[in-house]
Amino acid sequence: MSVIAHQVAEVSKVPAPAGLRGSRCGDCAVTVYPADDACPRCGRATSPVALSAVGTLWTWTVQRFAPKSPPFVPPPEGFRPFALGYVELPEGVRVAAVLDTDDLGSIQIGMPLRIEPSNGVPHAIPIEEA
Amino acid sequence: MSDVLIAGAGITPFGRTEHTTGRRHAVQAVNAALADAGIPWSRVGAAFGGSDAAGLADTLVAQLGLTGLPFVNVKNGCATGGSALVSAVNAIRAGMADVVLAVGFDKHPRGAFDPLPADWGLDEAYGRDGLMVTTQFFGMKIRRYMHDHGISPRTLALVAEKAYRNGARNPNAWRRTPIGADEILGSGMVSDPLTRYMFCSPGEGAAALVLCAPSVAKELASVPVTLRSAVVKSRRFGSFEVFSPWIAGGELTSVSRDAAAAAFEAAGAGPGDVDVCQLQDTESGAEVMHMAECGFCEDGEQEKLIASGATEIGGPLPVNTDGGCIANGEPIGASGLRQVYEVVRQLRGQAGDRQVPGRPRVGFTHVYGAPGVSACTVLSR
Repeated sequence: MSVIAHQVAEVSKVPAPAGLRGSRCGDCAVTVYPADDACPRCGRATSPVALSAVGTLWTWTVQRFAPKSPPFVPPPEGFRPFALGYVELPEGVRVAAVLDTDDLGSIQIGMPLRIEPSNGVPHAIPIEEA
Repeated sequence: MSDVLIAGAGITPFGRTEHTTGRRHAVQAVNAALADAGIPWSRVGAAFGGSDAAGLADTLVAQLGLTGLPFVNVKNGCATGGSALVSAVNAIRAGMADVVLAVGFDKHPRGAFDPLPADWGLDEAYGRDGLMVTTQFFGMKIRRYMHDHGISPRTLALVAEKAYRNGARNPNAWRRTPIGADEILGSGMVSDPLTRYMFCSPGEGAAALVLCAPSVAKELASVPVTLRSAVVKSRRFGSFEVFSPWIAGGELTSVSRDAAAAAFEAAGAGPGDVDVCQLQDTESGAEVMHMAECGFCEDGEQEKLIASGATEIGGPLPVNTDGGCIANGEPIGASGLRQVYEVVRQLRGQAGDRQVPGRPRVGFTHVYGAPGVSACTVLSR
């Protein structure tokens, strides 16, 4: 069993907290986040789907400078460089997220992450490997 | 389909000025293209052009002359110039006119672009939380590509080093001071793994082309270049683009791959026929990836090709001989036509200090931009 599949199986044993809500096309099995009424590939109607909470890092970068405001709203304590990336989920979708880690040197493609909704964009937290 | 000729090509210096407007740059470039062709403005039967942020192209008639010609505004992001060019080609082929202008110009403020989420159909949170920054996309796309295909940070630096070296030979370039690979690597991360000197900057400038039907050739002052194909494509499902809250799983599709293949097919030529090319280099990583996406090498071969000097002016595949976006900056509306201007100069043997040796016969241009659009041309003399 792959690392992701194993972790997904572990996660699925406990009642899922409100996770990311996406949508899936019944015809072409395309899953997207955030949810959309229409499939971006075929245009047909989609159904809501709860996305897995655990995935792996597909790619990443660091936002080194404060983005222009507007639209950026800096945090009350001021701008600090932050990491962001795409988390690859078992549903076949890679979701953009802010990576919640202060250890920018430890970020690697393929590392397992837990992804969660927030008041804004999704956030992902590295999972400590046993 | 009938051939279309590039009768004249004009450009302004690229960079940043205090007082010159984008429209003024455009008028200068159009007049340079007309002079190059030896054709008066009154002979132009239709025009297509645009800018992203510097005004409406059709208002240029107030400075060029109120001749009554149809002038269509084009606003197509980074493909504005390419789309204007394709429209001009189609106008000639459809018999709308036998002499047609394509013009692209722009003038942007300093710093990264600052798009608004609503204009892109995205939730406000993506802007509020700092994910509406174009440089993030470039960093993340090349990061994955380096991981999959063994490209090193030094190769990214060598691409930028070449851009500044070529820019130093181009009197119209903005960045004309050579910068070494070590200094580029050490210039500070912008969006990891891309450093400050690996990126182009938003700037200003204009480029214009006068196109014509073959029957007009006898009227021209310059040797025309044949535009064998010009193609614009938008993305298919499964591509990785700027400002994407999600990407489809599986292998990525590429609008650049699609546009380049269609341009080569329409021209009856292949990447192996090309003697000089222009590839979109918003930053170093883009040039590396576009070499493969446009069919000039396999994924991963860039690591050896670039180190061996293959893409230098004297190499077997000279890329961005005018310094590209990295040395010229990025006036969005003008970049696509700047590329064609450079290839026209190269194919005519008029590229001065940066001339590709051996009398190049076939050229290729490629522009790529948000939200997943690419325009490619194949040219020959």
